[in-house]
Amino acid sequence: MTDAKVAAARPLTAKARIARMYRDGKLTTILLFLPPALLLFTLFVVTPILNAAHLSLYRWSGFGEVTDYVGLKNYSTLFAHSIFHQSMWNSVKIILASILLQIPLALGLALLIYRKTPTNTLFRLVFLAPYILAEIASGLIWSFMFDGDYGVSAQVASALSMPSFYILADKQFAFLAIITVIVWKYFGFHMMIFIAALQSVPGELLEAASLDCRKSWQIVAFVKLPLISHAIKLSVFFSIIGSLQVFDIIIPLTNGGPSNSTHSIVSYLYTFGLTRLNVGYGSAVGVALFLFCVFTALTYKRLVIREGKSA
Amino acid sequence: MKLATLASMMTLAASALVGHASAETVKMLSVEPNIQAGKDYYSNIKKAFEAKNPGVTVQIDYMDDASFKSKLPTLLQSSARPDIFFTWTGGVFFEQAKAGILKDVSAEMNAGWKDAFSQAGTNAMAYKGKVYGAPMYAASVVLWYNKKLLAQAKIDPASIQNWDDFLNAVGKIKAAGMTPIVVGGKDKWPLQFYYGYLATRIAGKDGLANADAGAAGGFENPDFVRVGAEFKRLIDMKPFQPGFMDTNNNKAAGLFGDGKGVFHLMGNWLYGSQQKNSTSGKGLADDELGFIRFPAVKGGKGKATDTFGGINGWLVTKDASPSTTKWLKFLLSRENQIEGGKQALWLPIAKDAGSGVANPLMRQIVAQFEQADYHQLYLDQALGASVGATLNDVSAELATGEVSPKEAAQRVEEARRMR
Repeated sequence: MTDAKVAAARPLTAKARIARMYRDGKLTTILLFLPPALLLFTLFVVTPILNAAHLSLYRWSGFGEVTDYVGLKNYSTLFAHSIFHQSMWNSVKIILASILLQIPLALGLALLIYRKTPTNTLFRLVFLAPYILAEIASGLIWSFMFDGDYGVSAQVASALSMPSFYILADKQFAFLAIITVIVWKYFGFHMMIFIAALQSVPGELLEAASLDCRKSWQIVAFVKLPLISHAIKLSVFFSIIGSLQVFDIIIPLTNGGPSNSTHSIVSYLYTFGLTRLNVGYGSAVGVALFLFCVFTALTYKRLVIREGKSA
Repeated sequence: MKLATLASMMTLAASALVGHASAETVKMLSVEPNIQAGKDYYSNIKKAFEAKNPGVTVQIDYMDDASFKSKLPTLLQSSARPDIFFTWTGGVFFEQAKAGILKDVSAEMNAGWKDAFSQAGTNAMAYKGKVYGAPMYAASVVLWYNKKLLAQAKIDPASIQNWDDFLNAVGKIKAAGMTPIVVGGKDKWPLQFYYGYLATRIAGKDGLANADAGAAGGFENPDFVRVGAEFKRLIDMKPFQPGFMDTNNNKAAGLFGDGKGVFHLMGNWLYGSQQKNSTSGKGLADDELGFIRFPAVKGGKGKATDTFGGINGWLVTKDASPSTTKWLKFLLSRENQIEGGKQALWLPIAKDAGSGVANPLMRQIVAQFEQADYHQLYLDQALGASVGATLNDVSAELATGEVSPKEAAQRVEEARRMR
């Protein structure tokens, strides 16, 4: 016992450490399990990122050899492009909407239906349904809903004997419509995270709290919310990263229009990088997005999910 | 035991490979035809060709439109590349030719093969004077109209000769309380058809070629500012259906088929797509449907008979197997072209193959196409992906009134210089 303690305290040489790992079987585990994961990660994550970083310094159409070196020109064009600014701003708007609308909505509903009863199960299923649908499918469904000629919005307009309105054709409202669909699509996911967290709040604690507090909002504010704060932090994190990657909802709804006013960063990348055969430029957008995501993730982790307190 | 099985299997596989290599295979990659008749057409020709040429197998692979476009760049650079593949010609084809992955078939074309096709067809398959493939069919954009509605507005279609006549007609239709034009503005390119056709009429063939080469102010020269200005005259009359910026091209075809608008500037395929996308599934009957040429523009340099549209065909890849051109010649033979026209699969591009086209409306379109001295390829394809997309953007922004004709011209020229 004391020997082991001494050994652990004393810094081991690399050789000794490996020998010890061999003895307790850790080395076998590492050699067996690390290579597949490392290989996959390198092949499908690290290599593409490095590749994109390399391509972003070239003008390349996607066909033939990559030869036309342009330095940082793709980046300077990107940061000067007004539509890119609009796309960034749109992504920020989605983040704000997710945090200020979607998460409170999800939290409210989770508090209402987290207890296990048959009715609650039914509600949970209904609220989760949009999340289960494929993004493209929900985009298409909503584009039919918003359709001013044949869609639900046309029926509403004619029932109220108003002239038809075309939400997605209107520069002012098109993006609001997209935000609505995003909130509708993802609140169920966050709601499920909150429900899981709420169910793990110990019952005795709630019982004790109900003796101390008279009002149920007090239990929510002082007991339940603090106890599920880790889930809320995680949800906010998912919303931010998810918001930066919105793509397949925008394409069927507006395709970035009218007049390129509703692009997210990713749909901007697709439109200006891929469909215009400008793979070098697209890579530059990709690299910018990657750095932005990494920066956001690290900052958020540092500021909010501090280590050890996350669980 | 296991080893023996493995060894025998490998021998078998190897012999299969050898057996395969002794017979020649021509690999053809196509986009998925949207009707079964289109697939049958290819497989029948393949059977006939293989019967005539023992030892040569034709392998036809299909991909849907989107996968075809996204997988092609990688595929063409691999060793699994097909011998011939489908092309919409224009900018993407130029990129492929520039990258050196295509085979120059000019020698065979000049040795008499080109006589089989119309000039516009072979021109579209050439890049910098070299021909890299052969054309199969054309698409031509015309100004379709709904006969009944036009009569209600008391307009004789024959009276619409020039752009001013057209604008007058639009005014009358509006006054009669109907939607003059349906357009799929969400897809942008249907709006670009107006810009593109006006450019073909105003700047003409040489004007477009000069602008493309950057001569005389490129796309910023007065002709192109006028293109925008003439388009804007139309837009200022608010001729489109309400919410046209949230109408995609299919829905626009449906609206036209449902009789919700008088004019629709669209390719020959509208004939079928207005039926398919209409509420009833039947659309406008043949006797309710008519078309005129895109009107001439006074003072324009292009001829009133010049057409605007697409040319599709097949490109040959470098190191294609020896029988590839033989197969291509067979596929595009006069008989097969006539058959394709007869089945109304597309507008045949071989000379005089239009005679086989059964549908009278289609036959008229083919006749106009054959009469034309010049067929302008869709501008968004002809000028390359980047300029093309900018053209689509500014056409849409002109339509929503966000840019002036002058700004539009500047934006296109800017994109041309960045190319």
